[in-house]
Amino acid sequence: MNAALLIDSSYFIAAFLFIYGLKRMSSPLTARSGIVVAGIGMVLAVLASFLYTLDVNEAARPHLSTNLTLALIALALGLGWAWRSGKTVAMTEMPQMVALYNGMGGGAAAAIAAIELIGYKTHGSVSLSLAVLGGLIGAVALSGSLIAWAKLDGRINKTLRFGSLQLVNGSLLLVLLAIGVYIIWQGGMVSWPVFAAFFALALIYGVMMTMPIGGADMPVVISLYNAFTGLAVGFEGYVLNNPALMIAGMVVGSAGSLLTLLMAKAMNRSVANVLFSNFGELSDEAQGDMAGSQKPIDASDAGINMRYASKVIIAPGYGLAVAQAQHKLYELVKLLQDAGVEVKFAIHPVAGRMPGHMNVLLAEAGVPYDIIFDMEDINGEFKEADVAIVIGANDTVNPAARTNKSSPIYGMPVLNVDMAKQVYVVKRGQGKGYSGVENALFYADNTQMVYGDAQKVMVSMIQAIKSLGGGH
Amino acid sequence: MDYTTTILTGFVALYIFMLAAFTGFEIIGRVPAILHTPLMSGSNFIHGIVVVGALWALLNASSLPEQIIGFLGVLLGAGNAAGGYVVTERMLQMFKPSSKTNKE
Repeated sequence: MNAALLIDSSYFIAAFLFIYGLKRMSSPLTARSGIVVAGIGMVLAVLASFLYTLDVNEAARPHLSTNLTLALIALALGLGWAWRSGKTVAMTEMPQMVALYNGMGGGAAAAIAAIELIGYKTHGSVSLSLAVLGGLIGAVALSGSLIAWAKLDGRINKTLRFGSLQLVNGSLLLVLLAIGVYIIWQGGMVSWPVFAAFFALALIYGVMMTMPIGGADMPVVISLYNAFTGLAVGFEGYVLNNPALMIAGMVVGSAGSLLTLLMAKAMNRSVANVLFSNFGELSDEAQGDMAGSQKPIDASDAGINMRYASKVIIAPGYGLAVAQAQHKLYELVKLLQDAGVEVKFAIHPVAGRMPGHMNVLLAEAGVPYDIIFDMEDINGEFKEADVAIVIGANDTVNPAARTNKSSPIYGMPVLNVDMAKQVYVVKRGQGKGYSGVENALFYADNTQMVYGDAQKVMVSMIQAIKSLGGGH
Repeated sequence: MDYTTTILTGFVALYIFMLAAFTGFEIIGRVPAILHTPLMSGSNFIHGIVVVGALWALLNASSLPEQIIGFLGVLLGAGNAAGGYVVTERMLQMFKPSSKTNKE
């Protein structure tokens, strides 16, 4: 059997399985089998790749056994580490893990570009241009994703901002492009320090580009880097004459770009706005003082009031998940339902850290779908609700987004919790939200604050309601 | 059997890129927001195919720097593929047809 034919047909089947798997993943009913389908494609492609050993370059032939050993070690290490970390990470930390794995893919694409370039293996201006471009995008995706991971993981809290930052970044990009063009101009025959400078600057650029972006915008940025990595992989696929990389990379490149736009739209921001605005910088001056004060209430009192309400809407946020309070919350919900209270969940499109993240977290706690509602579907119902309870959410319920034109989040769609007769806000302390913006809701007349860890608050509410007895 | 690998250059490559881009666009269009995160993670897994390219590069490496970079490339690519798969699979586990729906 001809090895090249076997490799090519495996890639063909893999490319089909990737697209089919992605298609299945785009509907909730078939999503679970989609990833398995794509996974089979991946295993097939990787196994077929070992047939390369039958037909390597003349120059590499003496090194074949070393290279093969290295390949097996690298595969085992990468696979083992990622499998373990992926299995053990908490659901709340998924977004940063996606960022991390994505950065690794970008790094791999950049590594391919580096080998092709320093080995002077690429010829022809198209191949060379795509190798350089793919290397650039891959390196930016690597360092950018690492910064995104570190920010979401709370390892970097600072947002680097200074007046001329965009100017510095702009010049950096120009220098990068100039070096790239020079490499292509010279037909790739430049000395290794030029390549080293190119990749080092590309990595720095990724860092500089991501540092000024606030944590709240990170999902959009991760999605953008995901599309970047896809593009880089597609380009390197051209350089290696590998159709599986070309197709998979380009499908992800375009799908990722569209996802980025959809996410940005859900947050009412444009992608350019996310990347280049100085979000948060104005917030302190523009806001002025809040009228009124925050009024505290005991968790048990709030719980009892909910027990005697007829309709309660819950607006959960990331704080709920951080406190691991989903399960306790669902226990409370069941208690309220038993007492005849109508309970609904209102999910903001970017509740949690990414669109859809909160649905995943609630599903994990066993909350049935039919009481979970999207923002558009439930926003009209708040005015009929006796109690709206906000748990660990902040920016997504800030009425200033509707009313205060000077607020940095003005125009972002928010849950209209302030229209409920009574609002309870469960919150750890008196701090600001992720965007650093003051929340007018906390100062509203119909709002009372329940301070404390979400899980402990849930427990005291449950106890308070249980102590009333009866209610069935 | 006389079979040699197809060489994908020029317009053939361009056609592949164009059709693949449309495919990606069409597949993602009109998905509900609840699937955005799993889909991003799923597409993150799919570009893990880069490990295959890195494998080729490493197997054809003929100098120490190439071997080092190739090793890193395969390591990172394998991490991308394996991590992407596990995380996506765990997220999608949540979309089990809900057997525990309680209607009382």
